[in-house]
Amino acid sequence: MAQKEIYKSAGFMEFVYEFYKSMQAHEVKLVYEGKVTHQITKAFIALAEAQMEENEEAAKVQRTVFHVMVECLQNISRHADEYESGDHIYSGRGIFMVSNTPDSYCVTTGNAVSHKKVESLKKMIDEVNQLTTSELKTQYMKQMKEGQLSTKGGAGLGFIDIRRKTGTQLDYHFLPLSDTVSFFLLTTIIPRKF
Amino acid sequence: MDTLKIEGTEDTPEVILDLDQNHLEISGRSLPEDVNSFYGQVMTWIEEYTKEPQDKTVFNFKLNYFNTASSKIILDILTLFEEMVEKGHDVLVRWHYLDEDEDMMEAGEEYSEMVDVPFEMISYT
Repeated sequence: MAQKEIYKSAGFMEFVYEFYKSMQAHEVKLVYEGKVTHQITKAFIALAEAQMEENEEAAKVQRTVFHVMVECLQNISRHADEYESGDHIYSGRGIFMVSNTPDSYCVTTGNAVSHKKVESLKKMIDEVNQLTTSELKTQYMKQMKEGQLSTKGGAGLGFIDIRRKTGTQLDYHFLPLSDTVSFFLLTTIIPRKF
Repeated sequence: MDTLKIEGTEDTPEVILDLDQNHLEISGRSLPEDVNSFYGQVMTWIEEYTKEPQDKTVFNFKLNYFNTASSKIILDILTLFEEMVEKGHDVLVRWHYLDEDEDMMEAGEEYSEMVDVPFEMISYT
């Protein structure tokens, strides 16, 4: 009963209205919260491709957005940690958002990661952010040659690849979710003019 | 050797490993849910082939997109060809890329720097 009342209250309609306005204000074109499966990944990239095609987006921008979306979605499905909230245990899920302005696209992901991983993730992203174009190339080739595919199918190349393809810095934040996990937010900007 | 053909899908490439037609090619899009399971049989086929290769091996990559996990597998395939070259076999990799797709062209160039295998870069429109 209590659940039903959430939807029926005037506050809920208000929330939807505010949510809609807020999405518009932030130019958010796609938002998803939930389990990120391979089916979801395929559905989103098909949707984004169709939209960009319709908007006659430059081919290079289309390819880069596609690329970043795939890596970011696969990051959530491979790396999002479990966390408990109320009666639920969440795993492999997160928030995925695509927004765009006349200048750029922005792909944002948010997912739970264990506190234990926070420092190493920060270190990894900071290091990737500091690399120059030629260092990124060297690092990519080195990791491809020396790295092993994880059991989850990751090659440890995602962040380096996103930096190479977009030419922009990765922006991240960690916010508390519970005693054991943090919310890991990652934002990638893709310029519409290269 | 038996021919291995896998139809392409929206997230997996078309694979043709056909010695009768002298046609070895991986083309299309590669972002499988699990690269290890998709490429498992492809790797096994190529590993078998390297034991008794033909006089001349020409292998075509004609991908328009691959994710980072697939990029690692592509290097693994190229490494098998490098081992063939080291044993004195004649191998040529034909790397096809869409004319305007600089990233795909550069990916081919980078692979050719990483392995000691002759590459031929071919642009298409």
